[in-house]
Amino acid sequence: MMSEESGVSGPLWLLAELTYRCPLQCPYCSNPSNYEESLSHELTTEEWISALRQARAMGAVQLGLSGGEPCLRTDLEEIVAEAHKLGFYTNLITSAYNLSSERISNLKEAGLDHIQVSIQGADKRTNDLLAGTACFDRKIAALYHIKEQGYPLVFNFVVHRFNIHQVWDLLTLANMVEADFVEVANCQYHGFAFLNKEALLPTPLQIRQAEEEVARFRSQLSRKMEIFFVVPDYFEEHISPCVNGWGTTMVNVSPNGRVLPCHGAGEMKHLPIPNIREQSLQDIWYHSTLFNQYRGTSWMKEPCASCPEKEKDFGGCRCQALAWTQDAANTDPCCPKSPHHGLIEKLVDPASQRQPLVQLRNTRGTKMEFGELVFRGAAKAT
Amino acid sequence: MSIYLHSIITRNSMYRFQWEETQGCHVLLYPEGLVQLNQTAATVLELCGEETTAAALIETLQERYPQADTLVEDVMSFLHEARDENWIVVRDTE
Repeated sequence: MMSEESGVSGPLWLLAELTYRCPLQCPYCSNPSNYEESLSHELTTEEWISALRQARAMGAVQLGLSGGEPCLRTDLEEIVAEAHKLGFYTNLITSAYNLSSERISNLKEAGLDHIQVSIQGADKRTNDLLAGTACFDRKIAALYHIKEQGYPLVFNFVVHRFNIHQVWDLLTLANMVEADFVEVANCQYHGFAFLNKEALLPTPLQIRQAEEEVARFRSQLSRKMEIFFVVPDYFEEHISPCVNGWGTTMVNVSPNGRVLPCHGAGEMKHLPIPNIREQSLQDIWYHSTLFNQYRGTSWMKEPCASCPEKEKDFGGCRCQALAWTQDAANTDPCCPKSPHHGLIEKLVDPASQRQPLVQLRNTRGTKMEFGELVFRGAAKAT
Repeated sequence: MSIYLHSIITRNSMYRFQWEETQGCHVLLYPEGLVQLNQTAATVLELCGEETTAAALIETLQERYPQADTLVEDVMSFLHEARDENWIVVRDTE
């Protein structure tokens, strides 16, 4: 659907963050750092269904049901059923913490197309430590149920300094449970995760080794399993276009109805954040300040404004520019042309990294040194 | 593996094939992804919704488009591409 006055196309992707509540406490959580403010007054079932109808009418066809933990919503089946009826391809993005065999089957009946399960480590000890909650055994059980019930299975492994050495074991596990796609996603330091960037950042050597292991695993794989290695922004020469360009493809609705161009944009406190309780999705997408502010290229400053890459990478990530430079219209500091790039170089310089992974000697088992890692439950592990 | 005229072809059940009014084309939907299909690709993939053979596909398309003179090459080349993309599953007749 094109808006007559602007030539802007409608969204293709609706990311529905059903709740920020979560039984896991991951230190790399990408929910906004002030997620606590959105724990109450969540959209009702009817409000979600209205959001789905509006997005579908505008042309959205992919629906991500995410969180927090979306399975905490007892109306998940109802929301999936409506989405399916509307013609969405429905993706459930879950920790699988409370995803019983029965629930997996009910969701299938409601029309759910695919389940993506995140895992925090390749073994129980690492996984449960990093998730801050004992959940490894539940995840493994759910993975088998998901495959048994005929869903495509996507396995998502967010890697950072404390688990990136487990890439090989993780891929072996994914292959064993017959995953169809595996995302080895280098941690992105957005929202809550920004607090932990110094502690979570891997070394360049760790990243190179993980990349090599992924390539080696791919080359000896006998069954069809796509493995994506999502390279980390901080180490890249070229920046990637955030959400395929601001306000072009993706629309995100947060648990209490805030409508955002990406799941990180809740940090844009200098702009009024529109809410689907007060305005139609159509009006927000085409007319709100938030969605129009960084559309296209006319908002750009130097060095973006004269850069030949500007139509390809759109100046990178607005949220990253805001978090590092306090101005979302600046060039993404991950870009080598950014005047703020020194901040990133300093962070990724191995010599400046203060918290190496330390295996402590301990007769009752080896412990990991987490330094100043902040868990989502607000408790500090030291 | 080559695709022969007698090879049995079906659309991979992991992909959903549907018409999208707002995009004005058929699409293939899969976990977190979307492929917009041109007319030829859409016609072939629609016919692969039920088990068929390359020969039967070509025959149907020949009837539908009698003027097309490179149909065999076009269809076979698309089927190879579709197989490499995992959109279709190909097996030989027993």
